[in-house]
Amino acid sequence: MDIKGKAHKYGDNVDTDVIIPARHLNTSNPEELALHCMEDIDPDFAKKVERGDIMVGGENFGCGSSREHAPLSIKASGVACVIASSFARIFYRNAINIGLPILECPECSKEAKSGHIIGVDLAKGKITNETLGKSYATQPFPKEIQDIISRGGLLKQLKL
Amino acid sequence: MARAMTLSQKILALHARLDDVCAGQLITADLDMVLGNDITSPVAIGELEKAGIDGVFDRRKISIVLDHFTPNKDIKSAEQCKKCRTFARRFDIENFFDVGEMGIEHALLPEKGLVGAGDLVIGADSHTCTYGALGAFSTGVGSTDMAYGMATGKAWFKVPSAIKVVLSGKPAKDVSGKDIILSLIGITGVDGALYKSLEFVGDGVKHLGIDDRFTICNMAIEAGAKNGIFECDEVAEAYMKGRYKGKIRRLKADEDAEYERVIEIDLSRLSPTVSCPHLPSNVKNADELGGIAIDQVVIGSCTNGRISDLRIAAKVLENRKVAKGVRAIVIPATNEVYLQAMREGLLETFIKAGAIVSTPTCGPCLGGHMGILAEGEKCVATTNRNFVGRMGHITSEIYLASPYVAACSAVLGHIGTERSFKK
Repeated sequence: MDIKGKAHKYGDNVDTDVIIPARHLNTSNPEELALHCMEDIDPDFAKKVERGDIMVGGENFGCGSSREHAPLSIKASGVACVIASSFARIFYRNAINIGLPILECPECSKEAKSGHIIGVDLAKGKITNETLGKSYATQPFPKEIQDIISRGGLLKQLKL
Repeated sequence: MARAMTLSQKILALHARLDDVCAGQLITADLDMVLGNDITSPVAIGELEKAGIDGVFDRRKISIVLDHFTPNKDIKSAEQCKKCRTFARRFDIENFFDVGEMGIEHALLPEKGLVGAGDLVIGADSHTCTYGALGAFSTGVGSTDMAYGMATGKAWFKVPSAIKVVLSGKPAKDVSGKDIILSLIGITGVDGALYKSLEFVGDGVKHLGIDDRFTICNMAIEAGAKNGIFECDEVAEAYMKGRYKGKIRRLKADEDAEYERVIEIDLSRLSPTVSCPHLPSNVKNADELGGIAIDQVVIGSCTNGRISDLRIAAKVLENRKVAKGVRAIVIPATNEVYLQAMREGLLETFIKAGAIVSTPTCGPCLGGHMGILAEGEKCVATTNRNFVGRMGHITSEIYLASPYVAACSAVLGHIGTERSFKK
């Protein structure tokens, strides 16, 4: 397994204003942003999250603004992967572009609860909820997108 | 023979230099404009620095607008703007708009003629989809896409499928673009158009002014859409005339283009509409919310800060007073709008009514400054999002509405329309 950690579960339509409220957008320092990640719906998130944990959302995760500060704050908080039933499209591209692994898996998203231990094999697109003893297969990314992620982000290796 | 395409797909194919594209296809396309603001540009600039990229693809095809936390609200946001300013100076960015020249980006770019029909535009701001009103394919992206776009003039896209929205009839009294888009989001939900284009057609379109169309495309993102778009017609051409310097490309969707879904809206049957907390899809009839007392009204933003919006609001507020206990904040979206409103006497109407008029800024819409809500306060806003905590305290509430409903509510002290005014 590439990634294994504790799940932090949220509902549908988790928007970028709750992931990182605009009052904190006067900085773009990821570590500073991470201190406020999710604070409006889960005030203790920054305290309880551990490196390698998994964030789980429902439908339309990351809807709203285009602020890359949202996936940046999640990544800097230590979250290793976000799993959701679906992602809002700008969040989806931002996560890929900054190298934050994300997976769409409605079934896993519905069944996971906060505290479940979840493992993710990114290369195979396989998710395992160890607490439930259940595995899920997800649609792997198209090759072009996998290339961006494996490069470590869109700007890596860009030569002009 | 190229395959049948939607209008959005045609613009993408043109910019990817392909005869045709199909939904789901990944393409790399040439950009006509790359946009960023004082929140997203500093991240993009930082990414370019980190990647060791010392140059931009075309200094004329980049726009940086300092509109979110300006005039700067604190030291940190001043530093962010300074970073943008230094970058713009260093690379001689032609379309850099600082305080004095700036306006809210999505009102400013069309006004300055920097976007036009047939263009492909990305912007590191989710409401970049606004320019679909002119017949452009424009979409919001993040800072890394902006950085990549500034460096290379290109972006990757997954070609979207589309929903056709057929608008018919003439809008009912006091119904504007805002009511149309809120009603549509009420039908689709906030993710009903996820990854898709919203293409607006039908005999109702001819009744919509360009400002209504900007408002409609602006909030396509609130249905989850990648872009919203109208075919360029005489109304759009008349707006671009004397502004847009590029070649107007009047493209059309193919007759037999495939749409995932068709939604029909009879504009004559709509009524003034309000999105209640905490999702734009939570729509109600404005006249059915009479009991909800409010603390603040905001009229402005990239959604509704244009001249026709201010005219509608001023018409309601003329010879009337903002209700006691309500703070009414009017924000012209650009200096051109500000000047025009001044010439027409609208600003005087607002001030005499007991409202205040601010310099152009995104300010309160995203809870930045210039109208933050305290615990439990309620606001009617012509802005675009009513998420938890968007405009201030997490227990505050935002009701999204048109300038007409916002102005009426300011007078009433609660949500409503002229129907509730004392005779």
